[in-house]
Amino acid sequence: MCLAIPALITSIEGTSARAEIGGVERTISLALTPQAQVGDYVLIHTGFAIGIVDEEEAQETLRLLEELAEFYDEVH
Amino acid sequence: MKYIDEFRDPHLARKLLANIRACSTQPVRFMEFCGGHTHAIFRHGLRQMLPPTVELRSGPGCPVCVTANADLDRAIALARLPDVILVTFGDMLKVPGSRGSLQAAKAEGADVRIVYSTLDALQIARDNPERAVIFLGVGFETTAPTVAASILQAEAEGLNNFYVLSLHKLTPPATRAILDAGEVRLSGIIGPGHVTTVIGSEAWEFLPRDYSVPCAVAGFEPLDILRAVAALMETVEAGRPAVVNAYSRSVRPEGNRAALGIMRRVFGVSEADWRGLGRVPASGLALRPEYARFDAALAFPVDPGPTREHKGCRCGDVLRGTVEPPDCPLFRSVCTPAHPIGPCMVSAEGACAAWYRYGGADV
Amino acid sequence: MSDKILLAHGSGGQLSHELVEHLFLKYFDNPILAQLDDAATVHVSRFTFHVPGSFNGTSNLKLAFTTDSYVVSPIFFPGGDIGKLAVCGTINDLAMRGATPLYLSAGFILEEGLPLADLERVVASMAATAQTVGVQIVTGDTKVVDRGKADRLFINTAGIGVVPVGVEVGGDQARPGDVVILSGAVGDHGMTIMSQREGLRFDAPLVSDCAPLNGLVAAMLEIAPQAIHCLRDPTRGGLATALNEVAGKSGVGIEIEEHAVPVRDAVRAACELLGLDPLYVANEGKLVAFLAPEVADGVLDAMRAHEYGREAAIIGRVTEEHAGRVVLRTALGARRILDMLVGEQLPRIC
Repeated sequence: MCLAIPALITSIEGTSARAEIGGVERTISLALTPQAQVGDYVLIHTGFAIGIVDEEEAQETLRLLEELAEFYDEVH
Repeated sequence: MKYIDEFRDPHLARKLLANIRACSTQPVRFMEFCGGHTHAIFRHGLRQMLPPTVELRSGPGCPVCVTANADLDRAIALARLPDVILVTFGDMLKVPGSRGSLQAAKAEGADVRIVYSTLDALQIARDNPERAVIFLGVGFETTAPTVAASILQAEAEGLNNFYVLSLHKLTPPATRAILDAGEVRLSGIIGPGHVTTVIGSEAWEFLPRDYSVPCAVAGFEPLDILRAVAALMETVEAGRPAVVNAYSRSVRPEGNRAALGIMRRVFGVSEADWRGLGRVPASGLALRPEYARFDAALAFPVDPGPTREHKGCRCGDVLRGTVEPPDCPLFRSVCTPAHPIGPCMVSAEGACAAWYRYGGADV
Repeated sequence: MSDKILLAHGSGGQLSHELVEHLFLKYFDNPILAQLDDAATVHVSRFTFHVPGSFNGTSNLKLAFTTDSYVVSPIFFPGGDIGKLAVCGTINDLAMRGATPLYLSAGFILEEGLPLADLERVVASMAATAQTVGVQIVTGDTKVVDRGKADRLFINTAGIGVVPVGVEVGGDQARPGDVVILSGAVGDHGMTIMSQREGLRFDAPLVSDCAPLNGLVAAMLEIAPQAIHCLRDPTRGGLATALNEVAGKSGVGIEIEEHAVPVRDAVRAACELLGLDPLYVANEGKLVAFLAPEVADGVLDAMRAHEYGREAAIIGRVTEEHAGRVVLRTALGARRILDMLVGEQLPRIC
């Protein structure tokens, strides 16, 4: 249910794609994310991409967390 | 690993924890619905690091744990049929049914195979045209669309030996059932990040609306979980329950429309039996009539024999969040990972397995 | 000779003799094996040892003796094969007691229909490994079973070695204060095998770490012949299980730092993909050592100078608290139990 990890799409052929994470590659299906493109990061669950990772949102979240951390440092 | 390592940054995590500790004014109890969250929380040691005012309680979000014995018995009976290959995710292999597990059936000669993906199950079907390949469909809305897609693939290829036994279930109805039962007081819910990637954060609006319970949808890395906990505490302090999307890099309000479309094309909503919750209306997925020929329940009617529940097993209560694993009299004394009585001890993300393996908070 | 193993090869008759003469003797060539007796007697007094400690005739002789069976599938995998695994596995079991490995036996159970070329490849690999280590395969056996009764081939190896005087290395010898050193990255072997399995295949720059560790152990004992208390090779069940075994046998607690345990990126990624924990994945060329703190730095340097210890790292220490249990300090700084593996670690989707 919950195990999905982000991987980079390196090539696409039809509804199949090669996805790579940490040097490990696997053929996955894009049947559930037909709009995914080479260069996108997708969440892989049981060999299917179930969603596309929004890189801007990821950076935004990290930035927010870093700000919170700095804020905490300042206050204490 | 991109989008994993950054969200495990220990420095940021410690700061977030300190922040949480500093902001904690009243005792709160949050339910992490998803077994994957239970596993992550224990694995990274988050329980011990949260202040004692923040209690985390496990919910029924472990699709293996909530599979009813009768359904598992049916799967085992199917595996024993001649010329059947029963294909399953690894999670289900060791779960005890009324009379043994799939692993036990395998040891007695049943052809049971583990796969990582339904795509591998399709390949097994192509490689074994004279045998019936039955895929055991367990999982929530994260997994159901992948199984639906594989059925569509089988249809497109004209594969006539591929079947699915659908035990898929839906998460919002189960959450409703827990809150309707009113057995456990919850200040908030940590929402399942990958289910919600599919169903969309709007799907949880009923929590603040109908129950005044806030929900923070969380990813599975330590920073994601801590951020969700912090967000829930903020809404509790503010007294304004809401749905917070704390996993915005993956979750959209509308979810994944393509995945939902495929899931709904193949599956219709049905009632389902949940361990712990009993029969919950409109909480399961069954193959639509147009796909009946892929339905293992129709193609292979079996009598799995009488259902037996294990006496003393309190998995049901653990799944409803009314007790914690150490409260079960069988925990550790009789029920262990080596000799499990119930699925909560077997499943990788079962609450009992997590407590047993990682030692709770008493290290 | 035919190009496939037949049931007749196991019957003890002419075909069996031909197999021994033309295949096994060709590779495991030594005068002891050439006698082809039922059991081999070997003289140890003629050999000198490379570790300090006096050796005063046969009355001081402490022999280490071990046996193991190998049933891995597939039989050929990146980084090795079932034969190399068998030889290294038995050599390593001897080395983990501080023993210098000397002689091995090799028993084969072959499935009818196994291509002879495959058997030859395995046997050649065993001979090559034995030769680099300096051990001899002096006795063996072959049986053939019906098609379907053995997964291509099974190998049993037994081995003997000599423990130098004064060396006491055992699972019950770890003591509070000991430093725990791991010889390198974990998870390589198990994930390599996993990646070859039907239903789970993925492509990764993964190679089994299968290697003989007797040289590494000898180098370590040279620095500290008495201060190394326990050696363990974390095979099935992984590092976590090996640590738990020592904690149990020695009646001590062990604390490990998660961030200090080396794991290759590809292993980490493959584990994430399948929902596995690298700490429970099998290794075939690694050891974990428990030794007195005074010698830790010296031993670590010696390990890093050796080809099979380049990534050696201190990963924790032995304590008096929580005797019998292993505690992991996570990357976040929290402490939690690191339990033993129960059964098989299976890929999961949840």
